[in-house]
This record gives sequence, C-alpha cells and structure tokens, in this order.
Amino acid sequence: MSVLDSKIPEGPLEEKWINYKNNINLVNPANKRNIDIIVIGTGLAGGSAAATLAELGYNVKTFCYQDSPRRAHSIAAQGGINAAKNYQGDGDSNYRLFYDTVKGGDYRSREANVYRLAEVSGNIIDQCVAQGVPFAREYGGMLDNRSFGGVLVSRTFYAKGQTGQQLLLGAYSAMNRQINRGKIQAFNRHEMMDVVLVGGKARGIIARDMVTGAIERHSAHAVVLASGGYGNVFFLSTNAMGSNVMAAWRAHRRGAQFANPCYTQIHPTCIPVSGDHQSKLTLMSESLRNDGRIWVPKKIEDAEAIRAGKKKPTDLSEEERDYYLERRYPAFGNLVPRDVASRAAKERCDAGYGVNKTGEAVYLDFASAIERYGKEKAFTSGHKNPSKEEVVKLGTEVIEAKYGNLFQMYEKIVDQNPYKTPMMIYPAVHYTMGGLWVDYNLQTTIPGCYAAGEANFSDHGANRLGASALMQGLADGYFVLPYTIGDYLSKDIRTGKIPTDTAEFDAAEKDVTDRINKLMNAGGQHSVDHYHKKLGKIMWNKCGMSRNAKELQEAIHEIAELREDFWKNVKVPGSADTKNAELEKAGRVADFLELGELFAKDALHREESCGGHFREEYQTEDGEALRDDENFKYVASWEYTGKPSEAILHKEELVFENIELKTRSYK
Amino acid sequence: MGGFLKSSVARKFAMALSGLFLVLFLAQHFTINLTSVISPDVFNEISHFMGTNFLVQALLQPILIFGVCFHFIMGFVLEIRNRRSRSINYVRFNGSANSSWMSRNMIYSGLVILAFLGLHFYDFWFPEIVHKYIQSHPEDATRYYGELVAKFESPVRTGLYVLSFIFLMLHLIHGFSSSFQSVGFNNKYSKGLRGFTVAFAIVIPLGFIFIALFHYINNVQ
Amino acid sequence: MRINKSLNLQIENMKLTLKIWRQENAKAKGKMVDYIIDGIDGDMSFLEMLDVLNEDLVNKGEQPVEFDHDCREGICGACSLQINGEPHGPDKLITTCQLHMRTFKDGDTIVIEPFRATAFPVIKDLIVDRTSFDRIQQAYGYVSVNTSGNTIDANSIPIKKENADDSFNAATCIGCGACVAACKNASAMLFTSAKVSQFALLPQGEVEADRRVLAMVEQMDKEGFGNCTNTGACEIECPKGISLENIARMNREYLKASVK
Repeated sequence: MSVLDSKIPEGPLEEKWINYKNNINLVNPANKRNIDIIVIGTGLAGGSAAATLAELGYNVKTFCYQDSPRRAHSIAAQGGINAAKNYQGDGDSNYRLFYDTVKGGDYRSREANVYRLAEVSGNIIDQCVAQGVPFAREYGGMLDNRSFGGVLVSRTFYAKGQTGQQLLLGAYSAMNRQINRGKIQAFNRHEMMDVVLVGGKARGIIARDMVTGAIERHSAHAVVLASGGYGNVFFLSTNAMGSNVMAAWRAHRRGAQFANPCYTQIHPTCIPVSGDHQSKLTLMSESLRNDGRIWVPKKIEDAEAIRAGKKKPTDLSEEERDYYLERRYPAFGNLVPRDVASRAAKERCDAGYGVNKTGEAVYLDFASAIERYGKEKAFTSGHKNPSKEEVVKLGTEVIEAKYGNLFQMYEKIVDQNPYKTPMMIYPAVHYTMGGLWVDYNLQTTIPGCYAAGEANFSDHGANRLGASALMQGLADGYFVLPYTIGDYLSKDIRTGKIPTDTAEFDAAEKDVTDRINKLMNAGGQHSVDHYHKKLGKIMWNKCGMSRNAKELQEAIHEIAELREDFWKNVKVPGSADTKNAELEKAGRVADFLELGELFAKDALHREESCGGHFREEYQTEDGEALRDDENFKYVASWEYTGKPSEAILHKEELVFENIELKTRSYK
Repeated sequence: MGGFLKSSVARKFAMALSGLFLVLFLAQHFTINLTSVISPDVFNEISHFMGTNFLVQALLQPILIFGVCFHFIMGFVLEIRNRRSRSINYVRFNGSANSSWMSRNMIYSGLVILAFLGLHFYDFWFPEIVHKYIQSHPEDATRYYGELVAKFESPVRTGLYVLSFIFLMLHLIHGFSSSFQSVGFNNKYSKGLRGFTVAFAIVIPLGFIFIALFHYINNVQ
Repeated sequence: MRINKSLNLQIENMKLTLKIWRQENAKAKGKMVDYIIDGIDGDMSFLEMLDVLNEDLVNKGEQPVEFDHDCREGICGACSLQINGEPHGPDKLITTCQLHMRTFKDGDTIVIEPFRATAFPVIKDLIVDRTSFDRIQQAYGYVSVNTSGNTIDANSIPIKKENADDSFNAATCIGCGACVAACKNASAMLFTSAKVSQFALLPQGEVEADRRVLAMVEQMDKEGFGNCTNTGACEIECPKGISLENIARMNREYLKASVK
C-alpha cells in the first residue's frame, strides 16, 4: 500500500547521520555556481537554509510575504531553544534529548530524524553565538540555561522572552551577508502561488508580487518550502495574521503528500477571546502555571453571576471554588502537560462554568502564591507576626519579580490588575505538528521539493515539547538541508539553467491567473473574513481540543459546503494588479478551506488519542488519552485526489528500535 | 577632511565640536563682561589687551570667526538636508509628546542668535575694526568702558539684547548637553553632566542679561 | 456599561471620526479622507478597530484601507501608523497592534497617517516601503562566519554579563521605523546604532567593528535619512525602549574607525 520510502540510512542510530554525510554525493564549488535554489519563507528554517545554501555557493532566491525577511513569525517565539550541550552537568546527552522529544511526541515521530535533531542541536548554539546572538549569560560569562516543559534537565538557552526574535535576527544577518555578496536575491512582499513541476521534478514557482500584482515565473533546480504551519485554519490562533498554508497546500495539490494534519498543539495559557472583533490570540508563557492555581466556580449560578458582572471572583470563598486540575490530577496538579490542561479547561467551560462574558475562560489565581511567598519572605526577614497587608505586599513583590512583564502585558490587553483579581486564561491554537511528508532528506514526495521547519511533519510526532520548534527550524536550515539537498543536486550539474518559457510554466501561470480571476469575479456577497471566521468556528468546535466521529463527519460536510459557497459568493474588492490585502487573504482562506477538510478527515481516521489529537471515544475511564500503538503507530500521509475528503491514505510505519513505548500518566 | 565631513556622523561631530568651542568662548566673553559691572578699570584693561594683543587678534579671532561661520553654515546645511529627508510632512505632528521645544527648534533659536550677532557686530565689532585699522586712531586704553555703557542707553537695544539672550539660553539648554552625546559621551556621568550644562545654559545668558540691564539702569539714573 | 476607571468615560460602543491618509499607489497623489465609525469597544486593539472599518468598507463595496501588520503581539515590527501625530499612538513602549481603543474616548477624532520619511516612500494608503532598513543591515549588519558545524564551542569565549545584556537590549530592535517617524529629521540613527552596538559589544562582532560601522553609516546616509540632532524623540517613541546610548556608541565607533 505504501509508496513512502523514508530513506533512513542503515546502521546504529547514533551513526546514521555521520555515515550518511560521509557517503553522499557532493557538488563541486564551480558547479554550485550554476545551480539555483528557491526558498519559500524566511523564518528560522527558511532563513537559515537560504543563508547556508548561498554560503556554499548556490544561487538562492528567497520569497516571503512580509516586507522584510526579519518579520517571519519565528520572531514571536518566547521561551527558548533546546540543545543537548550539558553545560549544567546535569546528565544531558543527545540520547536524552532524543528520548524526551520522542516521548513528548507521544511516540508518533521518526526515530532517525529526531536523533539527528538532537545530534546537531549543540552546533546550533555554537553557530548562533558565533553570529552574535546575545543569549542570556551568567556573571561568569558562560551561557545560562533554564528548564522548560517539565523535562528533567536544564537544556534551554534563551534571550529573555525574545529567543525567537534573536535567533531569527541571527539567521537574517547570515542572509544579509549573502545578499551583500549577491548570492541571495530576496523577493519580499512576494507570495508563492504555485510550484512548477517539469518532468516530475520541482523546477520553479509562480509568485505574485504583492505590490504590483505582477505574476512572476521563477525557475530553480530545487524548491525548499519553509512556509510555517497552518494554525490559522482556526481563524483565531497565536500565529501571525498572514501565516498561511498556501505554499504547502499548492505543493500538496501538485503531488506532495500531507502528513498528520490533525496533530495540533493547543496552548493552555492564552488570553481569552474578548469579543467577535478579536483577530488574534496572545500567548502567555507557560511558566505562569508554576505559581498560578486554575479554578472555576463550583456552582453554576456563581459562574452565571460572574459572567453577568454581578459577582467578582474574589467574592467566592475557597469552598465555592473548583480547582479542577488539582482535583483531577493530584500528582501533577496545575502542572499537567499542555494538552491535558487545555482539554480540562474546555471541559469546564463547555459544562457552563466559564467566567468571562464569552463563557470561555477559566481563572489563573495567584492569591495563594502571593500569600505563600509573602509569608516566606516575612519569615526570612525576621517578621514573626506579619499583618495580612504586609504579607500581600511582600508576596506581590516576589510575583512581580518573577512575572512582572507578563502581568503587565495581561493588564495592557485585558485592563484588569492580575495582582488583585485572578487572571483569565483560555487555550488557543499555537503550533501544528503535521505538515508536508518528508523523508530523511527532508524531501517531499515531489522530487526536488523540500520542506523544512514547521512546514514539514517530521520531528515532533503528535505533540511538540517546549523550546523545540526553534531547534528544529534551525537544525533543518543550517545543518540538514545543506547536505541532503546537495546529494540531490549532484545529479543536476549538467542540467543548466531551467527555462521559464516552457509549457509547464505556461500552464502553471494560467492556473494561477484563472484562480485569481475567479476570486475577483465571484458573487460578491460576503467578505473573506466572514468565511474565515466561519471556518474557524467549525474547526474550533469540531476539530479542536477534543474530537469525536460524529462531529468530525459533520465538519467534513460543513467545510465542503462552506468552500462551495466561498467560491460562489466571496467578495474581493479592488483589482488584482495592485496591493490588495483582501485578495491575498482570499487566496489563503481558499486553501484553508481545503486543508480544513483534510484535517477533519485525518482526525476522523485516527481512532486513538495521542498528543495533540484527542478523540472522545478513545479515553480511559478517568478521561485520559488512550493511544493505540497496535493499529496507529504510523504516519498518516495523504495524497491529493481533487477533493480533500477523498484523499488517499499512505502509511509510514514507525519503527522504534531505541525506545520503549510507554503510556503517559499524570495522576 | 572634506570626505570625512560627507558622513552624517562626522557632521554631527563637527557641529558638536564647533558648538563646544563657542561655549568656551561664551564663558570667556561673559567673564570679561562681568568685570564691567565690578570694575571699569579692569574691564578696560582686559579689553585693551584683547583688542591689541597680536596673538588674540591674528590667531584667536580668525579661529573664532571660522568657528562661528562653520557652526552656522553647517547648521543650515544640516537643516536643509533634514528637511529634505521628509519630503511630505505630517498633517499632524505631536513633537511635544516626545521631545523638548528647544531641541526641535534649534534652527530658530540659532537664527535669532545670528540676527543678534549682526546687531552685536554692528554695535561693537565693526566700529572697533574701523576705529583700529581703518581710521587708525591712536591707542586709548580707557575708552572701552564708556563705549560699552553708551550702547545701553537705548531701551530698544537693551530689550533686543535681553530677548536674544533668552534665545541663547534655549539654544544652549539643548545644544550644550547634546554636543556631548554627539561626540559619543553617554555614560553614568551623563546625568550629572547634563545638570551642569543646563545650569550653565541658564546662568550664563542670565548673567549677560544682568549686565545689559545693569548698564541700562545706570544710564537711566 | 463599562467605564474607563481613570477617565470615567464611556469605552463601550464608541463613535469615532477617523482621518486617514488614502493613496492609491506609490505614484498617485494622496489625501486625507474622513470616516465615521461606530460601535467600537475599548477592548479592541487599534488594528481590530481598523479591521471593523475595513469590513464595513468591503461590505459597502469600497476599497479597504491597506496597512502593514502581521504578528499582532508587538514583536514582528510590521505595524506602523502615525496616530495623532505619534508613531504607534499615544501610549509608550508598545506597537500599534498593542494599542487598545480604551486609550481613546467616545467622540474622538483620530488622525492616522503613514510613517513619513523620504527613505520610506508610501506604497499604498498607510503602507510604506521600509526596505531602506534592510539595505542598511545588508551593508554590514552581520558577523562573517560560515555555517560549518565546527564553529568554536559557544562557551569558549566568556562574555561579561553586562555586555551580553546591553547587546541584547540593543538587539531587541524590531525594525519598525518608529524612530524615523518620530524624528523631526527622519533620522535612522537609533536603528542603525542599535545594530552597530549589538555587535560592537560582543567579542564575536568586535573583529569587524570598524568596517561595519563605516559601511552601515555610509548606507544609512545613501538612503536619504536625516541627521540626528539629539532631540531624543526616537528613544521615547521606540516600542522596545532602545536607548540613546547606542547612538553615542555608534558615534564613538565611527570616529574611532575613521581615524584608524
């Protein structure tokens, strides 16, 4: 059944990548000058890949929809980047990082890829420091680490809460060096509209200049897609407004299989939706759960009173509060993993206990932490009988020192003082583990078409660990692709420049212009956002934190209907030959309307619960995820056939030779 | 040097150096003027020295004139270039939200100072040059105090001097401390230094105003 | 009805007059156009308010207002807008996407213009072309190091924590252009100096510091930015609070490099 060859090299796990590198074909420097590579997206994966490939001597063209490569959404990552450096001497190793990542991914990732990721993680830190990335340091001048996401070692490198920004600016500076050398041509405010195949190989793209509306042809010997994830299929997510699936989806339609689309990470500590006007959700660091206690009212009347503004959370006594995580998971309490915390919040809100005006929020309360820290501090400073006010004052100082910037951000957005009244939080879509299927070389099922970073599916399985996204993006771009793509291109040294005046480019360009015309000339009933919001609602309600067969089937139908309506009735004002934000959105939403359907289909077919995918039918008596390793220990890779719900499934069986499969428990 | 002065940072540096030099000159000028309030004899003595000493006349005076001209010309050049760097202006520009009036209007306070310099040269410097080098009057080491006092008979002139010194104050409040930033001096001492520069910027022009008013009032009596 | 506590003013269902710069394309002549907008909630961000306006315009068959935006959490640097005469509006240390409508009150008139600088030509409506910033960084905003995988170990050169922190603070610049927009001279010195400083403070960047500062300043001048007159407006309006100390450092570095 399967046509998928993961091309994992032979040999023991820890020697695979070394052997691979020793045995691949290389392109000599003189020949590299004659080879062109297109990179779509300039985030951590795309930016680092473009810089490194250009440094090697290839001619690189980068494309991004932003006005500058530096604005890619990798920039928004806060926490940090993992690397198995073992600088803290706490027993970290490549194997441990590998093990944590596979386990965190609920045993749905490919061992060889993950091990390679762990193996190059240390190089990433070396490289970034050499580029001038200002990581946090200790007074001794050495790099500082923190622990993250409940693992047992401190392996996360960080630059305050702006690690993504600093790493992206590092990759961007490496790009700038190559732009200055003339080895990278950067096409900003350009959107990839389609990939062009010649003789079955990816040989170029059709792009739209978003300022002039011009449709352009660009040829290359290989195309790298580093266009990020598809969280915006939910309309509301922590992704940037422009984050989209177009590049990946266009490649999917041309033959690149899409793997595990249903694996979505939902982050529990986001600022809740405040109303229909909301365009985007804001994430707050997970570290808040270290000191905050999560609760909703015990009695539904209290919840109703709070929603109506008749009661305040501080009016409720301890007995009237339901600390549901502490109740359900006594061992881990408020520190259960992201997916568990998210689902529990949804469960309470669905039952009617939500606490903001939309009914979709729970409290994150720091009152007891303030009291605890206050008493501690009073005691250590010699106060034996501090007054209540003193305790609160001292405790507030401690909390402020730890989370001041987050509290400030919260107050700015919500206009409530979280030192005095509990914060409100709700889960939001944050990251998508699924993506284009790639083999060990990061090549998709289209020869010459590669996928890197969040755009591919490879390393995080069904759930991603904190501080691993940055690691994967940079590993792919700096240290994996430059080798694997060379092996492929070594067969292209005699090909010569790919002409763009061929029938293949003609046909692809015609497809693109036809599609644009169709969008411009549709019925003109509703705005693009109208459809995007509707799609988001279906996705959130039926393909969100917990899913069931009935609703997934409904979702498949509803999305198909919505898509049909969209193409008939969408309204795109203005013209296609100028800057036109509505047209840009329309193109992206059109693809989300197809992806959403495949997403639901994938979720429906996966009759188990694992990582970011929770099926209500497959849970233990206590409501915990029930994985089915016997039947679903595979990557579900979908082949496009014209209608997403009729996509053909290809399975890549996952082989675990170095790790024993276990069930997660947080009781 | 011409090539060096083509860059924005170097121009800024030159502007700051010439400004600092003029501040020094101002301090010197103030000290001499102050003696006119205390002792006419001392004032005459110093004035005579300054007016007849070869080094002062042949070396320091041209340097000063160069410094003044440089500061003004460079100021105008920069202003024109800066205006060009925003070819379309804002409909609404709320400059007071983020910067002081003084810092935004150096060109205007500078223009007032330039106009004042014209008046000042007309009052003192040109007559002095004519007196010394064209009409070749014999040396008279006691004439300076009388000439000075005579100028402050007119309330209009005195008023113009006072007004000009207020603009000089505004110019200095920003300019003096700003010049340190321009030459790259910004560190833990900057706060204290800023206090000093602002005090200087206020005290010196006030002193000049005091001197002008002192002589004016003496004349009236 | 919710009430803004400090101002005791209505912040739900506000009615506002917007004066917005409309310009068809780079070559067209633009003008200010008035829009009346209703039903604005204080919890909306400024850009969500513009979303509401645009949805209205689309439904009426008119051209929506084009503006740059992306992450909407204050880090990508895409959003711009001169709001009532200040870049990113009246609040400090935030970007336009983090500005909330509760800052305004019912009946207000809000003037919205693009960032103005000759080096930031308007592309359409409120969108300006900030590629001049990219070119300044391309001139030498990097450390020349190859991606070999055998670069020296990250901990082999200890770096003073203070220097690493200062370098980081300079590096938090998001390249939004507020410094240029706020400056009466449209000077880009805060931006350029932040980049120069980030590298000048680290041993990795120090090697090329002289060449870097000369090249970046040269490019900055070529782009047509104005000259710094130390008004300090940039520092006040910078959403990341980049310090003027960086400009002083750049001046030092430049002079040092020039006399060598």
